[in-house]
Amino acid sequence: MTRNALWAATALTALAAPAAMAEELTLCWAAWDPANALVELSKEFEAESGHTMRFEFVPWPNFADRMLNELNSRGQLCDLLIGDSQWIGGGAENGHYVKLNDFFDAEGISMDDFIPATVTGYAEWPKGTPNYWALPAFGDVVGWTYRKDWFERPELQAAFAEAYGRDLAVPQSLAELKDIAEFFQGREIDGTTVYGASIYTERGSEGVTMGVTNALYNFGFQYENPDAPYELEGYVNSPGAVAGLEFYKSLYDCCTPPGSSNWYMSESVDAYKSGQVAMQMNFAFIWPGVHADPNVGGDKSGYFPNPQGPAGHYAQLGGQGISVVSYSDSQDAALQYIKWFAQPDVQSKWWNLGGYSALRAVVEDPDFATSQPYAQTFLDSMAIVKDFWAEPAYAELLLAMQDRVHTYVIAGQGTAQEALDMLIEDWTETFEDEGKL
Amino acid sequence: MTDTPAATPADRLARATPPRVARKIRGLSDRAIAWIFVAPTIFLLLAVNIFPLIWTINLSFTNFRANRNREVEYIGFRNYERILTDSDIWLTMQATAHFLFWTILIQVLIGFTLAWLINRKFRGNDLWTTIIVLPMMLSPAVVGNFWTFLYQPQIGLFNYVVSFFTGADPSSFSMIGQVNLAPWAIVIVDTWMWTPFIMLICLAGLRSIPDYIYEAAEVDRASPWRQFWTITVPMALPFLMLAVLFRGIENFKMFDLVVQLTGGGPGSVTELTSINLKREAFEKWRTGYASAYAVILFVTVFGLASIYVKALNKVKER
Repeated sequence: MTRNALWAATALTALAAPAAMAEELTLCWAAWDPANALVELSKEFEAESGHTMRFEFVPWPNFADRMLNELNSRGQLCDLLIGDSQWIGGGAENGHYVKLNDFFDAEGISMDDFIPATVTGYAEWPKGTPNYWALPAFGDVVGWTYRKDWFERPELQAAFAEAYGRDLAVPQSLAELKDIAEFFQGREIDGTTVYGASIYTERGSEGVTMGVTNALYNFGFQYENPDAPYELEGYVNSPGAVAGLEFYKSLYDCCTPPGSSNWYMSESVDAYKSGQVAMQMNFAFIWPGVHADPNVGGDKSGYFPNPQGPAGHYAQLGGQGISVVSYSDSQDAALQYIKWFAQPDVQSKWWNLGGYSALRAVVEDPDFATSQPYAQTFLDSMAIVKDFWAEPAYAELLLAMQDRVHTYVIAGQGTAQEALDMLIEDWTETFEDEGKL
Repeated sequence: MTDTPAATPADRLARATPPRVARKIRGLSDRAIAWIFVAPTIFLLLAVNIFPLIWTINLSFTNFRANRNREVEYIGFRNYERILTDSDIWLTMQATAHFLFWTILIQVLIGFTLAWLINRKFRGNDLWTTIIVLPMMLSPAVVGNFWTFLYQPQIGLFNYVVSFFTGADPSSFSMIGQVNLAPWAIVIVDTWMWTPFIMLICLAGLRSIPDYIYEAAEVDRASPWRQFWTITVPMALPFLMLAVLFRGIENFKMFDLVVQLTGGGPGSVTELTSINLKREAFEKWRTGYASAYAVILFVTVFGLASIYVKALNKVKER
């Protein structure tokens, strides 16, 4: 080989190397506002790494169905998956997710740097053990939005004070929330009939469960005996749990818009933005959109955490962690993305774009609480979260709860006690099949 | 070159084939040649119909879950026992029976009446036929979606129409949100969509009745009422029964329209067997259990359809 040929070969190799390393990564997530923010954010990663990002976003009602089918069929569509918190058990035990402990150790990524609830909720399996299958990517929690402008109207304040003997203000308890919802139900405001509150009632995926748990937890519902795993009797159907379920039904019966029998996130936000309801239950991810809305945004809306009940103060955890799919051929590039995403400055940009960072450096920054009108509510809510089962059989457990709760709350069939007793039967059967009982 | 009448299929095939292959084909019997042609179809049928059926039957005796990496155990008839003693499954069967019975009954009555009216010669006959068959040309997903809006208590046209005739407050009832109304909500939409199908088949039946039979009846001074019951109905009956068979099988499998409209709710009052089966198989991933469920439904539909086809053949023979 001549010297010239050698130089040429070297130059070609040098030119070809970055091209060979550059890969196309597909990130799968739900189709919602934060996903658009992530597309924007990821442009920086593309510029830095040379990799190309593709995105596969699926609407929420079909998200679990579509993505779990993809994982179960060992599909290679997704290299990175921002999967729901409850999938972590199945993702880990069925071999869908890559375990990240070694990677975190090698790259100096510490889970102590993230909000503890998000680490437990989105990353760990088994819960409470230092086995990590995801990096907390998007903190989320169920909270409430209310029409601050309506609450501040003198005539409404006077009418409320006369009826309930206290000021019309952000509710401090679920009972107060119901009073306010009752007060607004069917009221004429600016020539339009408005309603009390929009709450989750959807049956097909996870809606009604994500809603009802905000009442159940605060009335005393527990998933199991804290000292004896999978012991359900007396915890799932405790007197408090029954009262919580009855409360949610009474809220649905008294104070929601007609036809709201199958509502989840998008229907709830539509009802709020169109001025139908005084309050809406929804995940925190909608708050940036509400704040920016021309009809109800700015000073017209306020935010508050799920109010406490007689047995405690909790809110349903939402949000997700980002995992590397074990069937991906581009795992190294996917890990590179996670390393980039975990950086404090990227997380800070993530929050500024509308994504809820779970990094403590971001949320514990002194300016964070005042950075947005909903930031403090987000912090307060993340401090009281509780999550649904994250077992490998989570889908079966969830669908059973969807059926039992919807049948009682929306269809009005049977009693709360019967619904929870039957839920125990369903869950017991599942755990028996799983070999856990 | 033309074929001689005596040429066998093997000869004809051999003539159109290269000599080496032709020599081999000439040695084959007509029966063997026939098998060669039929074999791909049979193979395809075995691969996409029979094998999955046998595999499903096999899985129905196991605790297999397609989303797990654990060992599969044969559990005998346990899945069948669980299904047949599960009160929730029987509720979905009842919901399916309600849906089937009322959709078919109403569609037959309206469909046959429409066909009878359209069969009379009047101006604009073809235009009306086209307008009536429009709903069945739409996608069930689209139909389900726009009927969801029509049923909306605050803005839905359906509620306003009911309100206009009854004086009830339009937002006082929710067709797809109330237990007593939701089963009828899906019956109404299916009837709106598929009555034209029954009408078309009945129309074909009515048009196949020769005019001379009615002329002979008129000569015999048979009243129109008697002509209807002794000529029209009996002669159109095989067509009507065929339409009922098609709609029965289709509605037993009903999925898309109802999922769009109610998602199976409120509670489980509109959760038909196909929706329930899909949830068991592809949401809960109880594959063995769902296989047993599918086998039970298959045997039910196959059994009922066989009995019905025998009845249909008897009517045709009359």
